[in-house]
Amino acid sequence: MALVPIVAMVRKDLQLFFSDRRAVIMSFLVPIAIASFFGSIFSGPSRNVEPARIAVSIVDQDDSPISRRIVASAQADRNLKVTRRDEADARDAVRRGAIVVAVVVPKGFGEAAGNAFFSNGEKPPLGLFYDPSRAMELAMVRGVMTEHIMQAVSQEMFGGEQGRAQIEKALPEVQRSTMPDDQKRLLLEMLASVQKFYNRAPAPGDATPARGITMPYTVREEAVTAGSNVAYNGYAHSFAGMGIQFLLFAMANLGIEMLLERQKGLWKRLRSAPLSRVTVLTAKALSGTIISLMTLWVSFAFAMIVFRVRIEGSVPGFVGISLGVALMAASFGLLVAALGNTPASARGITTFAILIMVMLGGAWVPAFVFPAWLQQFTLIVPVRWAVDGFDAMTWRGIGISGAAMPAAVLVGFAGAFMLIAAMRFKWEEA
Amino acid sequence: MLTVKNLRRSFGPLVAVNDVSFSLADGQILGLLGPNGAGKTTTVSMVAGLLTADRGEVLIAGHRLAGDTDPAKRRIGLVPQDLALYDELTARDNLRFFGALYQLTGRSLDEAIARVLTLVGLEDRARDAVKTFSGGMKRRLNLAAGLLHNPDILLLDEPTVGVDPQSRNAIFENLEALKAEGKALLYTTHYMEEVERLADRIVIIDHGSVVADDTLTGLQSRVATAGGGAATLESVFLTLTGRSLRD
Repeated sequence: MALVPIVAMVRKDLQLFFSDRRAVIMSFLVPIAIASFFGSIFSGPSRNVEPARIAVSIVDQDDSPISRRIVASAQADRNLKVTRRDEADARDAVRRGAIVVAVVVPKGFGEAAGNAFFSNGEKPPLGLFYDPSRAMELAMVRGVMTEHIMQAVSQEMFGGEQGRAQIEKALPEVQRSTMPDDQKRLLLEMLASVQKFYNRAPAPGDATPARGITMPYTVREEAVTAGSNVAYNGYAHSFAGMGIQFLLFAMANLGIEMLLERQKGLWKRLRSAPLSRVTVLTAKALSGTIISLMTLWVSFAFAMIVFRVRIEGSVPGFVGISLGVALMAASFGLLVAALGNTPASARGITTFAILIMVMLGGAWVPAFVFPAWLQQFTLIVPVRWAVDGFDAMTWRGIGISGAAMPAAVLVGFAGAFMLIAAMRFKWEEA
Repeated sequence: MLTVKNLRRSFGPLVAVNDVSFSLADGQILGLLGPNGAGKTTTVSMVAGLLTADRGEVLIAGHRLAGDTDPAKRRIGLVPQDLALYDELTARDNLRFFGALYQLTGRSLDEAIARVLTLVGLEDRARDAVKTFSGGMKRRLNLAAGLLHNPDILLLDEPTVGVDPQSRNAIFENLEALKAEGKALLYTTHYMEEVERLADRIVIIDHGSVVADDTLTGLQSRVATAGGGAATLESVFLTLTGRSLRD
């Protein structure tokens, strides 16, 4: 292989790249700007920042002791930002996107819920009006409200006036029921014990409120990252994702430039020189790899300086992933040049292909939000391996072992792309 | 220096070049004439090694051209019809790149660049971006890029398209100087007066085949004129290739 022509081709490609202001902006500034934006969204709460609360309205049409307890309990929840509205206002607020969910506690809810708590009474419906674009938050609100309602109903049933009345009413009903004697006896004993609990004389100074049913555990949360003192940094993921996206665009542009070179007759000069096809492809792959590495590392350098992204895993692993990504992207550019007929047609289909790859690869949003089948399917997308590899080397803090597989797979993709490009490239010039 | 023997090349059902043969000696300019689509560029592409012939052979000083990396390709310089230059780069950077494709480096490359820029009269513009050049200057630089590695054979595919008379004349003088140095020049064009001025021999090609291979005088003698004087090359050309439109 001839070194002098390879060096000349690489130098020429770098000169052309840096002389194209649009390409430089697209490769360096735009990914930094977009990654900063996405990073700020997906960073999650840091240790000192109040978590974002879900905006919820409660429509209390019941105004019973139980419904008032529900409202008070929800208002004290650190995950919710609760407002009170009437039903029409609440619906309108959901439709406008001002709140995520409106919880409607209908008239008679407290009494019916109390009945259903101890017997087979009809369960009252709790209304939830929700914004369909925020289904994940609906699931959270449903879970949180379940806790508050169970607590409020049980508190009332084990310590409130409604509970006393309910026991008074339930005892004769159970006595008259046709249930088996052994079950009837046990239920009567339980209700009698509860009644005894209600009727006990409170000890002097006993102001402890009835507790009812509460969560039988507390939660100790710990974000598992590179280490106990290392907070998750969403910028690490967003800079990896956006860096990969824009270097793919840069490399596709390199491929399209090759098509333009062909149109301009420049390939005639290249092909009339005594150069092998391997030399030509190697030079192009090399210049693409260098530009890709610059794009990636400039982005990450910015993220490290400004957003304190750190390589918590292995530095050689990070370099290995970077090289794999750069090779894959450069060979993708060759593929564009090999399969594209004209610059215009190649540009359209390439943009589509890149957007699909980065979307499925988890470059925009982490792949864990995908359905399980899609998470498996996206393993055939090279961007997925690249993003996972960078995540492993940055905030997950996994060592060199975490880089080996993604880097190998990326090099495999690069080899496959290069092989197809070499086979499909139109080498002859009429 | 250059021998083309029975070249044939087809694209699907279309036979673009069929049994084309000619030869070109050192210090000679051969004009390759033909209507649009006659097969001139396909022939030049096969001679330059850009296209593989279905049949026939190209001999460079008796050596059969074989493969992309054949060292004999160093003896060929190609000046494509297109302005095959990087507009964003300077003239010098363009020439550095094209010279390096032929393994020229260091002082030999610098000397080659200085030589060809002087030849085409662009030494003062060496550091200017090509995008600032006029059409004629680009044509001259296009010629210079094909001469960097000092080839014995120069393939010129319509090298004067779209240039003003001054630049055209300058290019002619360059070519005549190269001929005087002993270079062999294969020159394709539509312009009859260029061939009349430059060519020692003329090959007329039509529908992919050679219809005439002779000197200007020999071709003129084939066509009788009303006044008994010499026929113009254009009338000879039209007599041999017909008057029907080709595109």
